[in-house]
Amino acid sequence: MLSLVLLAGIYVRALVFTPIEATQGAAQKIFYLHVPAAICTELAFGICGLVSIAYLWLKDRRMDMFASSSAEVGVAFGTIILTTGPIWGKPIWGTWWSWDARLTSTLFLFLLFVGYMVLRGVVTDPDLRARFSAVIGIMGLVLIPFIHLTVYLFRTLHPMPIVLKPSAPSLPAVMLVTLLLSFGVFVLLYVGFVMQRYALAILRDVRDEEAANAA
Amino acid sequence: MPSVSRAALAIAGKDIAIEWRTKTAIISGLVFAILVLAILYFSRDPTAVSDLDIAPGTLWVTFTFAAMLGLNRAFLLERERRAMDGLLLTPAPRSAIFWGKFLGNLVFVGTIEAVSLPLFVLFYNVPVWNRLPQLILVIAMATIAFVAVGTLLSAMVVRTRHAELMLPLLLLPFLVPPLVGGVQLTASLLNNRPLSEVWGWLKLIGAFDIAFVTVAALLFEVILDE
Repeated sequence: MLSLVLLAGIYVRALVFTPIEATQGAAQKIFYLHVPAAICTELAFGICGLVSIAYLWLKDRRMDMFASSSAEVGVAFGTIILTTGPIWGKPIWGTWWSWDARLTSTLFLFLLFVGYMVLRGVVTDPDLRARFSAVIGIMGLVLIPFIHLTVYLFRTLHPMPIVLKPSAPSLPAVMLVTLLLSFGVFVLLYVGFVMQRYALAILRDVRDEEAANAA
Repeated sequence: MPSVSRAALAIAGKDIAIEWRTKTAIISGLVFAILVLAILYFSRDPTAVSDLDIAPGTLWVTFTFAAMLGLNRAFLLERERRAMDGLLLTPAPRSAIFWGKFLGNLVFVGTIEAVSLPLFVLFYNVPVWNRLPQLILVIAMATIAFVAVGTLLSAMVVRTRHAELMLPLLLLPFLVPPLVGGVQLTASLLNNRPLSEVWGWLKLIGAFDIAFVTVAALLFEVILDE
């Protein structure tokens, strides 16, 4: 809830209090939505992978529920990137979509986790489902660095990282602050969504168990 | 360890023997590969795009589809009459099942590739001869990547509903790095550009091989666990 209010706050800051970028104009504002969503998607998939490892180790069913919640929220954020990206791309690159390495790899990562959700739907046995999805989660985790490597090797239209790079961030301070704030809000949003989703999974599990006991 | 390799060889041998006697999958795989090669030839405007420009992509799309067909087969074989249970009951270590299937799949996919590569050269009239060893190296490395991920995933999807549908859905995202790398390397080789220019791709596929063979071998036992 708090994060939703803060999300509104971020929009105000991004729209009103952050200067308009010189070459790109107002369209650059979408940056404050696109980039944090992108980072959070990777975060969500990364966490899903790490929790999947923990699941295989501890065999705790709650881990599985947590991993799947994280994956689901990741898919939701992924949808944000893949919709804001073209909206930003059209005025700036002049094209809705470019088969640039990073766009393509984000798309594939997104599709992989959609596949993860589909897989959860077609496995009926909960134990098997947990193990199978943990395997996909972990493999997704291993896949992420490879996907990033493809970015650097393929000719690319997408800007190179401007904040997380070895030298100092090349972003003006005001814009950086807005970006970081927006990023913070997205992390909160991520945590909030996962908590909701996780609580739902627990409730569903309890209900299933009650149904099994009653039968 | 010798018992693992011996059991793995036995399992791979069993799969190859089954394939040798029925020849259903290998023949359909080959015909499929030839069809894809032929159909993709017509997937462009011949006055605008030269054969050489479209060739690398065609080759790798063909390999990917053919590999997927073969990988689906590996564990479907064990599902019939619950043969997998029999395999699990043997004293062979669990990891031997993975390595056995991995080897069997390598042979299967490798055979399809070995037959479709000359046909590819024939159909697309590509100047391949002076760079053949390098091309084979690239194909071998990418095939290991395809088969490692595919063996693990096919063992998994075979126990779900809609196995044939699930494998491409889960497998294709993993094939992106080796596939893109394969296409880039092949394009560079066919155009007689120096290998040093695309050295990064070769390293990428090599690292992918190491990472995913390891991960697949480790995670395989998790899937089998009863």
